[in-house]
Amino acid sequence: MTGTFLSRNPSVLIFIACLAAFTLAVTLMSEAAGSELISTSFVKTLGKTLCLCLVAIAMDLVWGFAGILSLGHFAFFGVGGYMIGMWLMYARTEAIVATSLANAEIPPTDQEIIDAIGTQIFGVVGSSDFPPIWSFADSLTLQLLMVVLVPGLLALVFGWLAFRSRVTGVYLSILTQAMTLALALYLFQNDSGLRGNNGLSGLQNIPGAEGIPQATISVWFFWASAVALGLGYVLSAWVVSGKFGSVIRGIRDDEARVRFLGYSVEGYKLFIFTLTAVIAAIAGALYYPQAGIINPAEIAPIASIYLAVWVAIGGRGRLYGAVIGAALVSLLSTWFTGGQVPSIPLGVYTIVWVDWWQVLLGISFVLVTLFAPRGIGGLFDYFSGNRAPNRHGRDLGPDAGSLREQEAEQ
Amino acid sequence: MSQLLEVSGVSVTFDGFRAINNLSFSIGQSELRAIIGPNGAGKTTFMDIVTGKTRPDEGRVLWGEMSQSLLKMSESQIARAGVGRKFQRPTVFEDQSVYDNLAMALKKDRSPWGVLFFRPQANDRVRIEELAGEIGLADQLDRKSGELSHGQKQWLEIGMLLAQEPRLLLVDEPAAGMTLAEREHTTDLLKEAAKTRAVVVVEHDMEFVRRLECKVTVLHEGSVLAEGSLDHVTKNQDVIDVYLGR
Repeated sequence: MTGTFLSRNPSVLIFIACLAAFTLAVTLMSEAAGSELISTSFVKTLGKTLCLCLVAIAMDLVWGFAGILSLGHFAFFGVGGYMIGMWLMYARTEAIVATSLANAEIPPTDQEIIDAIGTQIFGVVGSSDFPPIWSFADSLTLQLLMVVLVPGLLALVFGWLAFRSRVTGVYLSILTQAMTLALALYLFQNDSGLRGNNGLSGLQNIPGAEGIPQATISVWFFWASAVALGLGYVLSAWVVSGKFGSVIRGIRDDEARVRFLGYSVEGYKLFIFTLTAVIAAIAGALYYPQAGIINPAEIAPIASIYLAVWVAIGGRGRLYGAVIGAALVSLLSTWFTGGQVPSIPLGVYTIVWVDWWQVLLGISFVLVTLFAPRGIGGLFDYFSGNRAPNRHGRDLGPDAGSLREQEAEQ
Repeated sequence: MSQLLEVSGVSVTFDGFRAINNLSFSIGQSELRAIIGPNGAGKTTFMDIVTGKTRPDEGRVLWGEMSQSLLKMSESQIARAGVGRKFQRPTVFEDQSVYDNLAMALKKDRSPWGVLFFRPQANDRVRIEELAGEIGLADQLDRKSGELSHGQKQWLEIGMLLAQEPRLLLVDEPAAGMTLAEREHTTDLLKEAAKTRAVVVVEHDMEFVRRLECKVTVLHEGSVLAEGSLDHVTKNQDVIDVYLGR
């Protein structure tokens, strides 16, 4: 526990260096830099992948370090996306409406403009009035605040209710899953005020940047995602490196013991749950402008389960593991579901990967859980010779010293 | 002398089974006390009540000079008020180093924000090394505590309790699974600790209790059967009948 933060956590420096090199390389190969190597849509895919890595870090903090298997963090990700999407859609529609009304003989009043925006946005759900949740949509600053505040408060209230009642383990997972499902079902309704199952669209068009080509904008967002991922990584590494990390890992391993040491376990869980919800929301706010569209299906429970699968495959309890898992699995998933992988003809049956990818993912999840519980990140330990003792036998008591049952048999 | 902990008329029922029946118990500021009794006498339940894990159906548990009721406090609040507990099975954080285990137990700000911005000072390091010396783990500070032997884990846990600087120490079968030499060391540690605080030891092993040279409380079927010196209680006919006679 001596030395500076960086000297105690060399992986942070390595990670930042890799991220910087990757960002530079992609930028130089992008269409914005005049190269043809990486298409704009692939830059967007990479930028989105960085955002998924960030939400995976949040998941790793809450699951891998604090032991709370939350199956609802993608809901916070989605809510973050909705919050930024509201401003993007409002501001862009405002610009379009203002241009079209500018040609009218009588200049439109402010109210007329707002009504016209309302008709444009809510026409698809048969309405034209702004619901109260759109009150701040005209202000970027306020809407950016909402990106942090809305998911943060949701997590705070939900977490307070759940942790105060000492709901733990699989019951907590079910509860978070129920929260996600309830939120998705609510957003699917047309009168939820967020355009029901149409969701918010056209988010890739940044208001005030109409003249700038998507090739450039995609690089901007790629950079923003990389910076957010870097900052998120450093923040998370700092949180888990000190005594706080010690306490939350203690909570993961033996909650009651931490309680009897005088730490308020519920307070710590609430803290980490809310912090990770905010990180997830920021990742979502950067993801959806690159995706261009958000709808309630994004919040569906399966998304949060995928998140847990990424972290498990990458390696729980280590931040770079989460990043590796999220990047690898989401890119592979894009590749397989994009129909670019050649099908395998077996004579009687042809394996079409678009259909079989989920099966492959499921099998790899089961295999990783059974045979490599430390995930891909565990490979780093394997090669650096840092192997944890496997001591799961019964204590043999005083006479056989520190050996355990299984060790003594060998 | 005013009492540190006063438990009076406490009863607790689990699904109709009366685990603790009108139990009364008190201990002074710096006193060593052993609790003995056959299996199912309510020894562990008694500790659960004092530490806030189990809520009694009736009775009072009063703490300290202000006679605060512990029944309204959560486990962590009770621990912060100065009640430390050692479990029967050694429970240390196996995935973390001996140093981290002790650092976590050290008496410091326990709030999430305080802990988040906590950075160890030089005197914290000194204090941890001092504690590690006391429990014989001075040269093991950087080892993962999961690698320690059973007895070393028991000591580490005692060390963590001392680091907490509790005013009352509740120790559940500290000598279980220890060698003879380790037992002697443990007795010394407990006796030393009892000079400055109250220590309650729950133990099966009569030889160990004899070495503690302290007042003994015998529990049976959830209430106190006898209390006094070890020689006194071992002569008590009731005690012989229910416990020693078997």
